[in-house]
Amino acid sequence: MFTIVRDLIRYNIEFAIGLVILLLLIGAVVLSFFSPYPASDIYVVPPDMPPDAEFWFGTTSRGQDTFWQLMIGLRNTLGFGVGVAFLSRILSLVVGLTAGYAGGRTDRVLMAINDSIMVIPQFPILVLFYFVLKDNMNWLMLVLILSALGWSYDARLIRSIAMSLRTRPFTTQSVYSGMSMRKILVEEHLPYVMPIVFATTMNNMIWSIGMEITLSVLGFTDVDTPTMGQMIYWANSHSALISGIWWWVAAPVGAIVILFIGLFLLSMSMNEYIDPRSRLNRMGN
Amino acid sequence: MKAYMIFVARRFGQLLLVVFLGISATFFITHMTPVDPVAETITVITNFGKADPEAIELMRKTLTELYGLQGNVFEQYVVFWSRLIQGDLGPSLSAFPTPVSQIIFRALPWTVGLMISATLISFLIGNTLGALAGYYRKSRILKIVSLGLIGLQPIPYYILAFILLILFGFVWPVLPITGGYEMNADLDLSFALILDIIRHSILPALALVLVGAGSWLTGMRALTSNIVTEDYVTFAELGGVGSTRILRSYVVRNALVPQLTGLAMSLGAIFNGTVITEIVFGYPGIGTLLINAVHAGDYSLVLGLASLSIVGVAIAVFLIDILSPLLDPRIKAE
Repeated sequence: MFTIVRDLIRYNIEFAIGLVILLLLIGAVVLSFFSPYPASDIYVVPPDMPPDAEFWFGTTSRGQDTFWQLMIGLRNTLGFGVGVAFLSRILSLVVGLTAGYAGGRTDRVLMAINDSIMVIPQFPILVLFYFVLKDNMNWLMLVLILSALGWSYDARLIRSIAMSLRTRPFTTQSVYSGMSMRKILVEEHLPYVMPIVFATTMNNMIWSIGMEITLSVLGFTDVDTPTMGQMIYWANSHSALISGIWWWVAAPVGAIVILFIGLFLLSMSMNEYIDPRSRLNRMGN
Repeated sequence: MKAYMIFVARRFGQLLLVVFLGISATFFITHMTPVDPVAETITVITNFGKADPEAIELMRKTLTELYGLQGNVFEQYVVFWSRLIQGDLGPSLSAFPTPVSQIIFRALPWTVGLMISATLISFLIGNTLGALAGYYRKSRILKIVSLGLIGLQPIPYYILAFILLILFGFVWPVLPITGGYEMNADLDLSFALILDIIRHSILPALALVLVGAGSWLTGMRALTSNIVTEDYVTFAELGGVGSTRILRSYVVRNALVPQLTGLAMSLGAIFNGTVITEIVFGYPGIGTLLINAVHAGDYSLVLGLASLSIVGVAIAVFLIDILSPLLDPRIKAE
């Protein structure tokens, strides 16, 4: 594991940059626990101060320190992404491994459901959820909803690997030694699909965080928990750009762009690590 | 050809399943929650003044009927489907008594137009650049352009659209940042109106193209760089076939079929993106309508928009799926 990471850092510049960004983000998450102000308190510092030595990223019109808001927002946003990724990975593993191993009718039924979820446009569904739930919409609910929508594409990927694993001799041997299907899937097949699960985690986080930001900016989530989208929501509702408080908007937008590029670089380099053909292409250059 | 017909029939079955699951999902989302839409609407209506209890009771009855909420869940489900099949989505509440379907069809051309033009442009740009980048792997310009487009790809539609809005609305205001056409524009079909509509669609389309082109580019580049190592390409090169011809008829034609399958699969995401981008730029399509409907508490309009998006996207995916094999000459030989 350690040698893999070391080699990736040495030979894969995308991975190195992605890792640095990830470490910075983790640093921000750790830092957020030392915030001098509680997350949702307002008017704790003078409002509308431009960035200076005391307030690094300025202060908002709601009297909050933009820097600390950003750190706490990053923590909540990342936590949200990890939560969705974790739950939806479990779903996609269960469906993908089962469909790939069982084959036949089970496979057809599962994949028919899978493909249906894949093409259904999610944004109107999410808005519909908010419209119905209104104030009952909290973060746990949103994590559950997004997990239920975000597993299908990766389940297909996992299924394609599971299908080839089924025909391998070691699977046949496990069957003949009397292992149950559950045991074969968890103990024999799961380790083979783990690399792809990690790579898809990043993509899934890109997707779920993107959705969360969009919904938050529109005010369609619990508006009292600071996240990246929430910061933009409050900045917009105070017309920050028009009144010239650009740092209130620039800080979250900049952080989001960096966050996404970091996640994307990591997922790209992991895909490349998994797929040896692209490594050959790189060598060909 | 027989195999193709079987394929079309099976895809049609899949289409029906998608529509069934999607519409059922919207039904159960709206009916299995603790929130009572009738009570919500009555609260909104009676918020600003006293109302006669009898009038409220009458209102409750009418709303229950309008929303199709009489009887148990199963009866409601049947009513929901039968109304949907007739194309009756009920009257809109915020624009009473205009039927919801009429409001949606007024907004639909904007979304469809924006989505088709942005998808075509990003598909063309992404695939052309991807094919070139996969074929001429040494070119430095292509590498830089690819890197830029790929870097934009993970950024959420909302954020990229927002950045464009800031750039072209505040920093360098040259393009209109809101609406689909000039306010108070003369809506008779004229050259000036078309020009105006195009001018207003540049920024939303640009946001969609910038996010979309990167994924086509990566896909096409990977496909192309695999195909150029195939024997038939090497043979054609040795036989003296020109490089433009190799790229066009030997490489791209083969790589395009999986790309079209990819288009069918990502159509839902593209639709999401279009809707979200519309919201940022206040473009008069489905997205803006959806948000306004939510803010106005227009139950039937929100439900109608969600159902219609599912059906629309499913049909579009079906059409691409059944048409794309026709591009592949191997299918005709069967």
